[in-house]
Amino acid sequence: MTGPTPKPLRPPLLRVAGLRKSFGTNLVLDDLDLDVAEHSCVVLIGASGSGKSTLLRAVDLLEEVDDGVIELRGVDLADPWVDANAARARMGMVFQSYNLFGHMSVLANVTLAPRLVHGRTKEEAEAAAVAMLERVGLGDKITAYPDQLSGGQQQRAAIARALVNGPELLLLDEVTSALDPELVGEVLDLLAELRAEGTTMLVATHEMGFARQAADLVCFLDGGRVLESGPPEQVLGAPEQPRTREFLARLHA
Amino acid sequence: MSGQWTPSQRALARAAYRRGRRRRSFLVALASTVVVAVLAFVVLVGSPGWDRAREAFFDPVEFVAVLPAVAQGLWLNLRVWVVAGVIAVVGGLALAVARTTTAPALFPLRAVVTIYIDVFRGVPVLLVLLLVGFGLPALRLPWLPITATFLGTLAIVLTYTAYLAEIFRAGIESVHPSQVAAARALGLTRGQTTRRVVVPQAVRAVTPALLNMIVALQKDSGLISILGAVDAIRAAEIAVSGSYNFTAYVVAGFLFLLISVPLTRLVDAYNARRGGRGVGAAMVGAIR
Repeated sequence: MTGPTPKPLRPPLLRVAGLRKSFGTNLVLDDLDLDVAEHSCVVLIGASGSGKSTLLRAVDLLEEVDDGVIELRGVDLADPWVDANAARARMGMVFQSYNLFGHMSVLANVTLAPRLVHGRTKEEAEAAAVAMLERVGLGDKITAYPDQLSGGQQQRAAIARALVNGPELLLLDEVTSALDPELVGEVLDLLAELRAEGTTMLVATHEMGFARQAADLVCFLDGGRVLESGPPEQVLGAPEQPRTREFLARLHA
Repeated sequence: MSGQWTPSQRALARAAYRRGRRRRSFLVALASTVVVAVLAFVVLVGSPGWDRAREAFFDPVEFVAVLPAVAQGLWLNLRVWVVAGVIAVVGGLALAVARTTTAPALFPLRAVVTIYIDVFRGVPVLLVLLLVGFGLPALRLPWLPITATFLGTLAIVLTYTAYLAEIFRAGIESVHPSQVAAARALGLTRGQTTRRVVVPQAVRAVTPALLNMIVALQKDSGLISILGAVDAIRAAEIAVSGSYNFTAYVVAGFLFLLISVPLTRLVDAYNARRGGRGVGAAMVGAIR
């Protein structure tokens, strides 16, 4: 606010600054700052209620925030005069409980936005969807309906549904939390592959193994703020904050 | 830091923008309402028969003159509504539960209930009224009251019990099987499970549909007039035949609205209070 701040040479893909969100009297995001560089994987960790999900939902404009900046390539999406539908179309969101449309086949789920939002023809959309479903290992489940799939398969279909639109930023909200333990691996492996391909990701998770292996930056959220952030070996290996140490100790107990 | 939040310039600008949008939405709504109202007025008043129609249907003197008689008739409608409503709700729930029984010995019960519902749901109310109103007296049962009000109410109860039984059945079927499994796992019997676990959740699920039927029943109570019971509609008919002025019908319609509109709003408010799971799901609009 005081005088012009020199802009970095390469601004981050996503810049969140001073973000504030309350539900009634419950303050969920409290003056939160976070940058996500292009082609990086930022992992959000923290206890339930620390604001991870609300942050992701706010970035995808599914929640209206009280104050702060949500800049995607320099455009502040939190401004109500920005076209929210167009902004959301540039990002991909994957939910904890998959949120596949139960009345549609997997193929119809994945071709819906390309056809309705991105103006693809049926043929283009289906070709891209089939390629993407094969990519996530669901080439043989194209005509299946969500309730015929396992949790891991449903979540991979949901990831394909988000990815097929070529999002600039992929938001993942505890995508393995609803899965049986033996199905977690197949989803995390897929995310690691996407990470290796350079997909920009903002991931809320309780999977510390994934954070250690795939994150460029780990952020520990507490009380609606980023209490500590840094490379995984630092935040997970030698945390500075007592709250972070406490959280990690309880997780491993 | 959290308690004393001073909104930033940015937040204030956004709030001002949103206020502007809301004001604009309000003005658009106002303008379109005015246009529609003016158009409707022009079409109505401009119609060739408007002067004659106004005299025949909206005569203020006649309005005041027939009001007491029609209101007296409405009192009968209200009593029929309450009695028929209570019996139909209780009866409908009983029939729906009877259909869910599985004991082999109760097969005749299930069969009779199914046939009853199929028949009374499939026959127009008007026809049921005529058959009950003119058919039952023909049996000359000494213990059966054969007043128009009793027979009319009976016909409405027969029909609405079948309607409500189907609504309750849909509710019972909507309760997830895992709820039954959990109750049986605790050792509850089939009957206890139905009464204590399934039916309460079923009733909650179908309350909006149920209240909708109750509002409909209030209007259909006017059908007893065709058997000669002097309700609001019959009272209006009598007034019309005496004066050859149709204002009495408008009075009856007005009085029915006076009951059913507040009732409908009450139902809407109740559904909204249930957290948008009913009709008025306001939360959907929150995503910009």
